[in-house]
Amino acid sequence: MAKNTVSKAYDRVRLARQNGRPTGVDYIENIITGFIELHGDRNYADDEAIVGGIGYLDGRPVTVIAIEKGRNSKERVAHNFGAPHPEGYRKALRLMKQAEKFGRPVICLVDTSGAYCGIGAEERGQGQAIAQCIMEMMALKTPSVSILIGEGGSGGALALAVADRVWMLENAVYSAISPEGCASILWKDASKADEAAESLKLTATDALALGVIEEIIPEQELGKESFYEKLRVKLSREFRELGAMDANELVRQRFERFRNLGVPDMGGKK
Amino acid sequence: MPFIEFLFKPKNELEKGGRQSVQVASADENEPSKPCPNCRKMVPLSQLWANHNTCECGYHFRMNARQRINFICDADTFSEWDAGVTSRDILDFPGYMTKLENTRNACGESEAVVCGRAKIDGEDCCIFVMEPYFMMGSMGTVVGEKITRTFERAIELGLPVVGYTVSGGARMQEGILSLMQMAKTSGAVKRHSEAGLFYLTVITDPTTGGVTASFAMDGDVILAEPGALIGFAGPRVIEQTTRRKLPAGFQKAEFVLEHGFVDAIVPRSTQKATIAQLLKMHAGGERVG
Ligand SMILES: [Zn+2]
Repeated sequence: MAKNTVSKAYDRVRLARQNGRPTGVDYIENIITGFIELHGDRNYADDEAIVGGIGYLDGRPVTVIAIEKGRNSKERVAHNFGAPHPEGYRKALRLMKQAEKFGRPVICLVDTSGAYCGIGAEERGQGQAIAQCIMEMMALKTPSVSILIGEGGSGGALALAVADRVWMLENAVYSAISPEGCASILWKDASKADEAAESLKLTATDALALGVIEEIIPEQELGKESFYEKLRVKLSREFRELGAMDANELVRQRFERFRNLGVPDMGGKK
Repeated sequence: MPFIEFLFKPKNELEKGGRQSVQVASADENEPSKPCPNCRKMVPLSQLWANHNTCECGYHFRMNARQRINFICDADTFSEWDAGVTSRDILDFPGYMTKLENTRNACGESEAVVCGRAKIDGEDCCIFVMEPYFMMGSMGTVVGEKITRTFERAIELGLPVVGYTVSGGARMQEGILSLMQMAKTSGAVKRHSEAGLFYLTVITDPTTGGVTASFAMDGDVILAEPGALIGFAGPRVIEQTTRRKLPAGFQKAEFVLEHGFVDAIVPRSTQKATIAQLLKMHAGGERVG
């Protein structure tokens, strides 16, 4: 579907949101074997916007956590269009801590326009749930890789992307705010979203240049067997390397990775 | 316009404390005063200052970072870190340089947070205070870096951190790098926590977005000011998304307390004493057992 001829940032935003693009569950089905889904945050509910569980990656148990948008209209409603509630983030955190306990690597598949924005979500502490996910992921003593497969919308995406390695699909986008939101706040005109998309530097190429991600996953074969096969091999190799590292060293390097993002000129003082 | 009045000039609907237009009682002609958005009385400025910018009805007016530091720290104990550091236009974002320059000139601060070391009722601590009059306390790379450094210095010094938050969220003009400051600051908070050190947050009006979803909610103890708006998504966005009228008091500190996300609501009249007591309770060397 996606060609290499995409030039404008907003075209990528459209592609990242396009129905028919593989969703989290597609990745799980094609990369992971013997997946067992684990539900619930043990506090309040099960949030279907986040699908989590354990499966095998090349014969090795891994924890997989995916923000799921759904593949058809019925699924999209069931998964709340990939907009998680606090209980979704709390489920994700529970599964990450479980992975840490059993020494399993963690794969996060991120695809959301943002954490759900609603009354219940605020009542149950959306901000606190995301904050805790970010903080605990930073200190998780097991290797993690996050892949932004479509939309990486703000804190709701970052909550599952504080990983040792962060990869982005070629046409995925990653931003602090949607281009529409940005345009309506800055220029009081949501129709200037394409301009905002350009200014926000939200493409994979931008993220790579800014050091926010390690790699861009090409989309020429998106959704084909060969695409998943390459990604599976790549993940296996990455976890072999990360798994060889001492857990404390792993956490130290993860902190340094994020610590060094956007360090302004502080006038030579430390 | 006198400086103090300029500081209090509402810049948007949110700052006025409500969306309805405020009908005010007749002002005292003899003394400059400002209307209280809650009880609608005119509050003489002298009375306002004497009560730490609160009205007798309990309404807490906004305070800038320097006012807070003067209010909460012991006299002449605050020494500032990384003063004067300014943001660069990393992404070449349209209008950002001009916006920064105008804000610096109008607000008098170089960025949206003031950090340093101080004593509160004799208790040594590190402190950061966000600045509502600098782009509504939005978090860009300078804010992220200054707060991260505050925690790193606190670890070196073995000191607690007291943090006052006020923020509209991530600084969109710094794009994805502003989002990354949530991870950076959270990592620093975690290290400070793992060193066994105490972190106290005081959430003030309004604290939303990326700051709520990171270091504001990471405190060992989380206090809030009366009436403060605390949330992840802003009320207007929620109203637009859900097409529902929001319940009365939604996202106010009292509502957030009721739902279990802050430890206590502490008015300014007892704030310094409460913070000092909590610092004393967490001071080293007096643990039993
Ligand atoms: Zn009043």
